Amino acid sequence: MKARRARIAAKTGVKVKKNWLGRCIGLTAALLAGNAWADSLNMTSGVTGISNTIYELHMLIFWICVVIGVVVFGAIFWSLLRHRKSRGVEPAQFHESTSVEIAWTMIPTLILIAMAWPASQALIEMYDTGGEDMTVEVRGYQWKWQYKYLDADYNETFGFFSNLATPTDEIHNRSVKGENYLLEVDNPLRIPANRKVRFLITAEDVIHAWWVPDFGIKRDAVPGMLNELWTIVDQPGIYRGQCTELCGKDHGFMPIVVEVLPEKEYDTWYGEQVRQAQARKEALSKTFTADELMAEGEQVYNTFCATCHMPNGKGVPPVFPALDGSAITMGDRYAHIRLVYEGVPGTSMQAFGNQLDAVALAAVVHYERHAWGNDAADVVQPRDVINLIAGEVK
Amino acid sequence: MSDIILAGQDLDHDHDAHHEVVPDRGIARWLLTTNHKDIGTLYLWFSFIMLLIGGTMALVIRTELFEPGLQFIEPAFFNQMTTNHGLIMVFGAIMPAFVGLANWLVPMMVGAPDMALPRMNNLSFWILPLAFGLLISTLFMEGGGPNFGWTFYAPLSTTYAPDTVTYFILGIHMMGASSIMGSINIIATILNMRAPGMTLMKMPLFVWTWLITAYLLLAVMPVLAGLVTMMLFDIHFGTSFFNAAGGGDPVMFQHIFWFFGHPEVYIMILPAFGIISQIIPTFARKPLFGYDSMVYATASIAFLSFTVWAHHMFTVGMPLAGQLFFMYATLLIAVPTGVKVFNWVSTMWRGAMTFETPMLFAIAFVVLFTIGGFSGLMLAIAPADYQYHDTYFVVAHFHYVLVPGSLFSILAAVYYWLPKWCGRMYDESLGKLHFWLSFVGVNVTFFPQHFSGLAGMPRRIPDYALQFADFNMVSSIGAYVFGFSQLLFLYVVIKAIKSGEPATDRVWEGAHGLEWTLPSPAPYHTFTHPPRVTEIEAHS
Ligand code: HEC
Ligand SMILES: [Cu+2]
Ligand SMILES: [Cu+2]
Repeated sequence: MKARRARIAAKTGVKVKKNWLGRCIGLTAALLAGNAWADSLNMTSGVTGISNTIYELHMLIFWICVVIGVVVFGAIFWSLLRHRKSRGVEPAQFHESTSVEIAWTMIPTLILIAMAWPASQALIEMYDTGGEDMTVEVRGYQWKWQYKYLDADYNETFGFFSNLATPTDEIHNRSVKGENYLLEVDNPLRIPANRKVRFLITAEDVIHAWWVPDFGIKRDAVPGMLNELWTIVDQPGIYRGQCTELCGKDHGFMPIVVEVLPEKEYDTWYGEQVRQAQARKEALSKTFTADELMAEGEQVYNTFCATCHMPNGKGVPPVFPALDGSAITMGDRYAHIRLVYEGVPGTSMQAFGNQLDAVALAAVVHYERHAWGNDAADVVQPRDVINLIAGEVK
Repeated sequence: MSDIILAGQDLDHDHDAHHEVVPDRGIARWLLTTNHKDIGTLYLWFSFIMLLIGGTMALVIRTELFEPGLQFIEPAFFNQMTTNHGLIMVFGAIMPAFVGLANWLVPMMVGAPDMALPRMNNLSFWILPLAFGLLISTLFMEGGGPNFGWTFYAPLSTTYAPDTVTYFILGIHMMGASSIMGSINIIATILNMRAPGMTLMKMPLFVWTWLITAYLLLAVMPVLAGLVTMMLFDIHFGTSFFNAAGGGDPVMFQHIFWFFGHPEVYIMILPAFGIISQIIPTFARKPLFGYDSMVYATASIAFLSFTVWAHHMFTVGMPLAGQLFFMYATLLIAVPTGVKVFNWVSTMWRGAMTFETPMLFAIAFVVLFTIGGFSGLMLAIAPADYQYHDTYFVVAHFHYVLVPGSLFSILAAVYYWLPKWCGRMYDESLGKLHFWLSFVGVNVTFFPQHFSGLAGMPRRIPDYALQFADFNMVSSIGAYVFGFSQLLFLYVVIKAIKSGEPATDRVWEGAHGLEWTLPSPAPYHTFTHPPRVTEIEAHS
């Protein structure tokens, strides 16, 4: 209450107008009391058992450091004040003391052992990955995350990509930045509250790292390696994090958003996703109109391709080639599909065959062949992609 | 004449400035020199230029980070800036500065006429401008320079790297060769060329810490060379050391890198420990507390530094046993480091201190390095590291040990020995101004980074979420203050060289050591005949 009053006073400057000292005290009190501010000075304790344990370890080691700091810096400042030549002191000449040296080797060792004990216990708890209720595979790509929901046999039931949703206009300061600037995605990962979720973390291209601070979990996503993590979140809500391993140009632009749903709600959502995945499979045999392909293709292109080849198809030569007017986009349709499907090994042009299904592949290839200045004569259908994969065309 | 004055002089004939061999004139002097003082000077100027270049890059970074949003540079260029800032500061500024100090001081401190291998000394310096010229030129090449962080983790630095990575690899090889030659030279000088009576346990601590550092360099630079060679093979000759698709392992890259990298951080701090151990006793007018334990602590730190590397990789997915081992080993290394800090504090305790610029920097070193040590202790706690890793908390940590740590020790050393080098005093008020600006600048820059890290800001990002905005703005302002104050340092040094007051031979009232028995400026050739090592000039 007092602090609150001080804050108001400091803000308005009414009561303490003429009192400079009072004003300073008021302002300091305001800073200390301003919860938002004080919070942002420290790690938060998060929402899981693990994040709480970490927070406690963090505070424990922090206070140990503070105590050591007070002793050491206290001694320094005392000598700076008292043991200065200008006070006419004579320097002492002692320069050795075995007992003191033994003491200040042993005492820190004991403190550190005391510290290592709870830390080891926390680690052991974190490594306990068994007994999960569900498993999600998390895969890092330049520069997005893919989430696959696995069944009991580790087969994919459905999956999706999660891309940055902040508009480029905000990034380039052409429009006002929203509250969750750079921390918002098109498709958040959804998990149920109160269930043990196991994450299998890996990457497609370079190393990324998957981190949700409120859960207290962070693990590198390394190509060719599967890392494990788990969490149980009690509190439904939206939690945000970021990729924390340098992964190239857009490392700063691949956030993580996890939406924790109440169990019932989650189950409904999950059922709906499984049904949609089924419907998508059926669409593979459908024939689409050119307009449908262009619409779907534009969307796929902007999410998956535009970061490198740019929205206008001009690329960033020589690193990322232009697609507008390129020999491939104007040439044979199958060669074009194959390139997108298989990628170009050894470059950042990935094999999109394992990211996009036949409908999306057909649409994006069709789009590239007809957008900007390109005007190929053909229409690309999902069955072209399927036939190519099956080896029925060359 | 007393022992003190006699100590540094030739035993069989009196010192006579007119008999001095004078150096060549013009550019040839610097290109062809084999004189340890000339080469020391070259190293120091080179590292200062690198400091300015690396510092400019830091200011580019801080300018982009002044506010959320992309204002000045593109993310691709931002990554080149962070990468080259790190590489240049580590390999171009800090390390060569220490080698420069070793060149100037080691022979004078142990009573040797020069370095043991003077021609190699010339070569190890002149490789450096070529290596860094090459590295910096890649920024102007098609596709840009290295952009994968100074830690250059594969496969970002191999399969996904710009073409210029090959020049980067060549540059690293050249720097490594230079460091290896430099350290062989330092070891040979210390072990073979000490004046009679200068036994190992009488050597100044700066010499001791450099001897140990040189062994660290010899041990790990070849590891770095092996690592970049493996990269070269992956990129050009179809091997798959670090390519998972070909049966290789990107994590192995990190193990090898940090097996080099952790000792490397001690390479950048042990000589600093030596410098501080010279300066504090001088201005406290009291012998260094616990000389022997300082030597043993340095040696244990060096040994332990080979056993902690994977604390940089707690989030990579190691087995529990590995995680525990590296956590314990890292905590253990805090013990000898603590011993050093306690010894410095005890040296000041009940001394009669004065606060000339070198002492100010040295005291700031002890305090701020200790703060960096505290955050290091926090980072050692593996579970907590999950939250700190790759955030600005780490950035704050290593900048605290490297800037008010290593860099402050170098600045302290320059102020301390400059009068001996050029025979003139620097302007004390300007020196103090430089100190206070640097001190404030450094803290305003790096302290808020602890907060942004704890709040969750990842490192190496060109743009950030809104809640990190205040800390970043403060940090950027601090960076400008710190950065531009270093121009004042340049001015102070030039002013001293050109028009400083003449320095006495002893320079500082409380200074002991063979270098202070020489005239100021130190003649071009010193100790052509070994000096007598007296009690007062050496640790006893
Ligand atoms: C991470 C960056 C990146 C993304 C994202 C990307 N590409 Fe590429 N793409 C490249 C690079 C690099 C090349 C050049 C490869 C080479 O060296 O041949 C390339 C080449 C191509 C080419 C051949 C162009 C030519 O004329 O040689 C096509 C077609 C293409 N990409 C289509 C796509 C499509 C479709 C997508 C989205 C589904 C996509 N790319 C997404 C980087 C990317
Ligand atoms: Cu990433
Ligand atoms: Cu380390």
